[in-house]
Formats: sequence, C-alpha cells, structure tokens
Amino acid sequence: MVSRTSFRAGLAGFALLLLTLFAASSVRAADDDALRTLLTQLREADFTEKEALIETLVGMDHPRIAAILGALPESRLYYQEEGDRMVIAQSDDTEIAIEDAITGQPLGQVVKRDLDRIRVNNRLRSLIEDRLASLGLSSADPGKRRAAVDAFLRNPKPESVARLKARLEVEPDKKIQELLAAALALVDLASPEATVRAGAAKALGGWTQAEIRGPLLRVAAEDSDVTVREAAKTALAKTEFRLQMLGWAETLFFGLSLGSVLILAAIGLAVTFGVMGVINMAHGELMMLGAYTTWLTQQYLPVNWSLPVAVPLAFLATALVGIAIERGIIRFLYGRPLETLLATFGISLILQQAVRSIFSPLNRSVATPDWMSGTILLGPLEVTLNRLVIIGFCIAVFALLWLALQRTRLGLEVRAVAQNRAMARAMGVRSARVDALTFGLGSGIAGVAGVALSQLTNVGPNLGQNYIVDSFMVVVFGGVGNLWGTLVAGLSLGVANKVLEPWSGAVLAKILVLVFLILFIQKRPRGLFPQRGRAAEV
Amino acid sequence: MTKTMPKLSHWLLAGALSLGATLAHAADTIKVGVLHSLSGTMAISETTLKDTVLMLIDEQNKKGGLLGKKLEAVVVDPASNWPLFAEKARELLQKDKVAVVFGCWTSVSRKSVLPVFEELNGILFYPVQYEGEESSRNVFYTGAAPNQQAIPAVDYLMKDLGVKRWVLAGTDYVYPRTTNKILEAYLKAKGVKEEDIMINYTPFGHSDWQSIVADIKKFGSAGKKTAVVSTINGDANVPFYKELGNQGLSATDIPVVAFSVGEEELSGIDTKPLVGHLAAWNYFMSIKDKANDAFIKEWHAFIKDKKRVTNDPMEATYIGFNMWVKAVEKTKSTDPNKVIDAMVGIEYPNLTGGMAKMLPNHHLTKPVFIGEIQADGQFDVVWKTKGLVPGDAWSDYLPGSKDIAADWADPKIKCGNYNTVTKKCSGQNYK
Repeated sequence: MVSRTSFRAGLAGFALLLLTLFAASSVRAADDDALRTLLTQLREADFTEKEALIETLVGMDHPRIAAILGALPESRLYYQEEGDRMVIAQSDDTEIAIEDAITGQPLGQVVKRDLDRIRVNNRLRSLIEDRLASLGLSSADPGKRRAAVDAFLRNPKPESVARLKARLEVEPDKKIQELLAAALALVDLASPEATVRAGAAKALGGWTQAEIRGPLLRVAAEDSDVTVREAAKTALAKTEFRLQMLGWAETLFFGLSLGSVLILAAIGLAVTFGVMGVINMAHGELMMLGAYTTWLTQQYLPVNWSLPVAVPLAFLATALVGIAIERGIIRFLYGRPLETLLATFGISLILQQAVRSIFSPLNRSVATPDWMSGTILLGPLEVTLNRLVIIGFCIAVFALLWLALQRTRLGLEVRAVAQNRAMARAMGVRSARVDALTFGLGSGIAGVAGVALSQLTNVGPNLGQNYIVDSFMVVVFGGVGNLWGTLVAGLSLGVANKVLEPWSGAVLAKILVLVFLILFIQKRPRGLFPQRGRAAEV
Repeated sequence: MTKTMPKLSHWLLAGALSLGATLAHAADTIKVGVLHSLSGTMAISETTLKDTVLMLIDEQNKKGGLLGKKLEAVVVDPASNWPLFAEKARELLQKDKVAVVFGCWTSVSRKSVLPVFEELNGILFYPVQYEGEESSRNVFYTGAAPNQQAIPAVDYLMKDLGVKRWVLAGTDYVYPRTTNKILEAYLKAKGVKEEDIMINYTPFGHSDWQSIVADIKKFGSAGKKTAVVSTINGDANVPFYKELGNQGLSATDIPVVAFSVGEEELSGIDTKPLVGHLAAWNYFMSIKDKANDAFIKEWHAFIKDKKRVTNDPMEATYIGFNMWVKAVEKTKSTDPNKVIDAMVGIEYPNLTGGMAKMLPNHHLTKPVFIGEIQADGQFDVVWKTKGLVPGDAWSDYLPGSKDIAADWADPKIKCGNYNTVTKKCSGQNYK
C-alpha cells in the first residue's frame, strides 16, 4: 500500500513538474522576445533614449538581466551582424569568446572588430551602477549595503526613503546605521518645516562626503530661515575642522609614502655609493630592469601572484647584471671616481637603448594586483592600498638589508673592506670577491625597488632617469655610508616635499627642496649622519 | 625576441637601402627626410611616426613612385635633443637634399628647426596637435590647432555634462601653458568665475601625484560638477591615472579630458580603472570607416604585429604625406616654392570620413571627436562636431593674437602673422 501511494504521488509530482516546466518555458519564450526587442532598440537608440530603455531593463524580470546589466557598463555587450543577435563578450582582447545575451549559450571565438559595440557613456554607466547598487540594500554583504546607501546619497530619490527607514530598523552594522541616518537627514534637509531642517543640518555636521557637504553649504548660504542657516554653519564648522585634521594626516601619509619610494630607490645606492664609494650612474637603469622583470613575470603568471614571484627574480636578475658590470668595468676603475662616473653613465645609456631595441621604446603595461588596488580606511583616513603596501615593503627591504649587513658573514666582510681594505685583506678577506658581491647586493636591491616602482609609474626605458637624481640626493643628505641616514633622509625629504607642494606647487616645491639641500651640504658636507673613524678620511 | 627581429632588420635594411641608393642612383629617386627621435625620452611617441612614414613611402613606391621616380627615405635620429633637431634638419636639407621632411613632435623641437627650414627654404610637415600661435610658409601643420581640440572639448563638457568647475592641469612647458591661457580666457568669456578655475603645473615626468589628486578631489567636492582638462605630457600620465584610480576618483565623479593621451599611451597602462575618462582628438582607431579599416590592416601588415594601435598623429602624417604627393603630382616638380604654393587648397579624405583641406594658413580642416576610454584601451566616440572645423593658427581668445591672421595664398598678404587692424605683416619673426 505504501509503495502504491508514494508511486501515485510521485507520478502526480512529475506531471506537475512537467506542467510548470512547460509553462515556464512558454513564459520564458515570451520574456525572451520582449528582451530581444528591448535590446534591439538599445542598439539604435541615442544616449537619452538609452537612459529610458535601461530603466525598463532594470524593471524586467528575466534571469539574464543581471548578466546584461553587468556587461553593459563594461562595454562587453555587442551586436553580431552575422546571426543578427546580441552577444556578451567574456573579455577584452582582440579575439574574444562570446555568448548569446538572451540565452547565455556560448558561441565560440570571434574577432572583436567584426562586432558592433553597444555604446554607453559616463551618464549611463553611473545610472546602471546606481540601479545595481540600490538593489543591494538588503544584501548579506555589508560592502554592498554600503554601496546601496552611497548610491542613494548621490541620487536621493524620495521613493526610496521608506526602504531606507525600514533598513535602518534592522541594520546590524554600526557604521552603516550611521550612514543610513545621515542619508535620511539629507532628505530632511529639504523638508518644508524649519525645525526639521535645522535638526537635519545639525545631524549632518562632521560628514565630509561631497554629497552631504554640498547641500549643507547651499543651506548655510540660501535657506530662508535664520536658525537653519546658523545650524548649518555650526555643522559646517565641525566638518571643516574634521577636513583640516584629515588633510594634515593625509599630507603626512603622502610624505611618508613618497619618502618610502625615495628610500627604496636610494638604498641600493647607499650600498654601492655609500659602502663601496662607487658613483654608479646606471643605478636607475638597474631599477628599470627590475621593473621589466615584473612585466615579464606578469606575462606568464596571473597578476595576483606575479609580484611575490617578481621580487626574488628581479633581485637575482639585477644582481647578476650588477656583478657583470662590476667584474667587467668598474673593478678596473677603483679609486678613479670621475672615470667610474663616465663609464657607468655610458652603461646606463647602453642599458636604456638595449631595452628600447629588445622590448620597444613603448611603455609596457604592468597590471596592479587586486590586493593592491583601491583604498582602505585607516581610522578615519582613507589611504590608497598600493602606497600602504609599498611603505610596508620598504620597511621590510630596509630591515632585511640591515640584518644582512649586521648579522651575516658577507655583511661582516663588506663592513671590514669598507672600513679598511688593506687590513681586511691581511686578515684573509678576498676583497675582490667581496666587491663583486657588494655591488651585486646593491644592484639587486635596485631591482627590487624597480618591482615597487612598476606599480607606481611608467615601465619604460626612461624609468631610471627620473629617479637617479633623487636617489643621489637622499644618499648625500643622509650621509654617505650610513643606512640609517638614508632612512631618515628619505622620509624627511618626502614629507618636506609634500608639505611644501600644496602651498608652492609641485615645480617650486622640488626647487625649494634642492636649494635647502645645497645650503645644508654647505653647512654639513658629510650629511645628516657622517661616518666617523678612519674610513671617513678616505 | 621574435617581436624585435623584424624591427632590427627593418632598421638595418632602411640604413643599407638609403646608403646603397645614395651611392648608386642618386638622381633617380626623390628623397624624403624623416626627422623623428628614435632614442631618448621622445622615442616612445616618435618611433611610431617614423614607421608610419616608411610605410607610406613603401606603399607609394608599390604604386609606382612619384613622377616616375622611386621615393627614398632618409631617416635621421635627433635623439630627443632639441639643438640636435636643428643640426639634423640642416643635414637633411643641405647634405641629403631631401624634397620634404616629415618630423618633430614637441613644440620646442619645431621651434628649434623653424629657422633652418626658413633659411634653406625646405618643407616640413608637422603632424602633432599643438598650441597654435605660429604659421610659417615652410611648415604645414597637419595636427590640430587649439580650436580643433581644446575648445570643442570644453564645449562638450560644459553643454553635455554640465561642468561648472574646472581644473586645468598640465606639464610645465609651452604647449600646456599656451593652451591653458587660451582655455582660461575662453572659460571666463563664457562666464566661469575665477574661483571655479584651478590651474596646476607639474614638472616633466612627474610621478608622485598623491597631493595633486587629493587637491582635485577637494576642489571637486564643492557641490558643483567638476572636470579636469589635462594637458599632462605623455610619460607623466600613467602615474596620474593610476593615482586617480587608486584614490577612487572615477570618471562618473570627476571626468578627465586629455589632449595628449591617445591609443598608444593607453597601450602602456592597465586601463580598467580609467574607463569613462575622455580624450579629444581628430581621429580614433575605433571609428569604423572603410579608409580607416584599410589603414589599420596595412599598418598591421607593415609592422608585423596585430596588437599595435594607430593614433591621431599617425593619421596627421598620413594626410600630410598624401597631400604632399598630390601637390607634387600637380606641379610635376619637387621644387619647394612650387610645391608650397600648390599645397594650399589641396584636399585629401580623412581616415574617419570627410575631406581634409589645406587652408591658406597652412592648417587643415578637421572633424573633432570626444572619446571615452574603454577597458580594452580603445576610445568610444561619444560626441563629434557637426562637419569639419577649420584650423585657426592665431587664437581668437588671446588678447595678443586676436587680430592676427595667417594667409599664404592671398598675393597681397603672403604672411604668417598679418595684423588685420594695422594691415601690417611683422615678417617671419614669431614671439
């Protein structure tokens, strides 16, 4: 008995399933047609018509809407003449894999020039992003909820107020709660009641976003009621104070970050110039080689993994080039600084032109990994992740170098040779080998610095030239032969530059720093931390 | 390595050819000088133009040459060194006796060769957008004048995007300074207030943009729509755009419209964070047109690399070269005086449709396009001028040049800087 009932139930269930499937597919077909007409219209519409069409698209209930809306702002929605259909491309290369926009069925590889792109402009792009974001208000991901409130702030529509209020009741995240309250206060700022407006203005003090500060500024200037204007002004004073504090913190961070770049660029030079006394004009080109190593690594490895691999590779590659330069040229020129200068300058030109011939004179595009893109909140301060990573990287490189010089056998020998070559040789140190390794070490660090620079600036044949003067500046300012001097000098030059920049402009700031440096060297020719002892006399 | 081989061999071949040709049959060829930097800072932009001229010569020779003679390229390398430009120009005109020169990129290099071309009566085709305020009898400016690039771009931002606050950011040299002076005067004439304009200059190759981008962010948070008009020079752009992306300034917040960033510059950047930023040019690779498709195909075949892009100065070179060919065919001679006189009025189709015409002031009529950067490093045209814009050598928005006009066709004027009020020509001396 039991089996029979269950069988019957199963049969009924199966029939029901078939029925729903059939109904669904016929509904689906109708939906597909509606979507197809809409997309066809989208192809021929101008930007204003597209705006209305996208609004309809957002309101449609079709499983492919999300995919289409995702592809549109990224310009991946195309019309394929052969087959007369709308397609979504998977990537952005010249040859791309496509799928049918409406069915999602893969259609193989095509050449992009044969497709017609559905054009969007900034206004449409922000419209789509806005609509997609506002759908995320009840998402489980706090980031998406935040984006939804931000989307509302940019475009406060009265019909969304009820949804925001409902969300505020249940929102668990404290930060988003506050943002929601601010968003609602922003709506109240347009209320007809003066008391409500004044209350809203008060609540909005301290919010630094342009979307909040802008309306508040307008109220402070134009509101018909005096109390509201006053409330807005007090609130704005609070905002201004916060902005100023943030501004200072930001300048400090910018300075530290520029400083860390300067240190990275200079620290290899501190080894070759400071410890060995070799004026290496090709130092910048060694950084350039490091940056090209990063680019090469990215050709074979996924972007997110390429950097950790590129660091040791760049170190090895440039260290080898450095050793070759030392063994091939510099060792014949020890004690003749002018000739070394000219010879290494020649090497720098050779390396530049070699890169131009091998890789082309065009810049190479080095991608930034996801974990280094965007900003992060450091307390109330929003800082860019790539800069933060580079500050950390700089500290790590400095610490490792310091350990290598203080705690290893090679470090001991390097210091011994630097202090007194003859004595060190008498004690059995093979000074020629130490020279080569020291130069290799300095060059390798330059290569590592190149990996960091590839994330900030152009990877091209001229990369090194832009940094060589700065590197010498830092080493001379810090005191030749002193790693700590390089650290302090790099940081202080970076901060000084950034403090001056908003006040004097970038061009003048650079000149002022140089003038200061020249005057400083007049007073203290050996830099901030002069080396003491006999070595300093050489 | 495979990529470089054709290039190297190319080079050697060109060198050997030119050497062999000069020795063997010097009289049977028409020599074309190519004066673009192949080393140094500007090699990044100028090498491509050298290749473009070589391609055009190649193609012309396949069609049977010119006046029954083969064209022969004489390539020199002024190495991004401005005085060397003048020396190499003299060498091309005096020693090699070239019929025409295609060359220069930066304004300072053009200014450096100008006296040489005027003294030796040579012909120079200059293919890059520039600041205007110049018109020489011996130079044909096939790139855009400010009214063919900067002014339409600002109009677009003002009318279509409703921009009220302006950041004019540029590298500290003559082109950005003059362009920004013109733009500032233009904006003020349109009723923009002093406090809504922020002007910022940075040194060449500036790489630390943190505080400037933060400043722009602050300037843009005053509640009015803000845009950046960028005349930042080639190399400094990558760190600038990277910083914009990192500080989260997307094109929907504060759009940047650039006058020096084209397809070639973008091929060195990861463009994903830049989608939606703008550029104003007279040519974009993405524009679909039969002539453009054919040009791109030919370029890829010549350079043997399907990934190479085309850009605006390449089109300017293409138009200039073909106009010169037409002028020579018309006069049946390469005599500079005859060719210069024949040039005015010559028409040649643009790669993007429409007809470029050489005006009496030695500038061209051009369409102006505004393009938005796409994730693949190409531009999508979002706006274009109705019809063609005639190039204006002397800006109407600067007090000093308002009354100046250039006309090399009118026999009564024949002057590059004719004052229409005093009816006087101040000769070939430019300020």
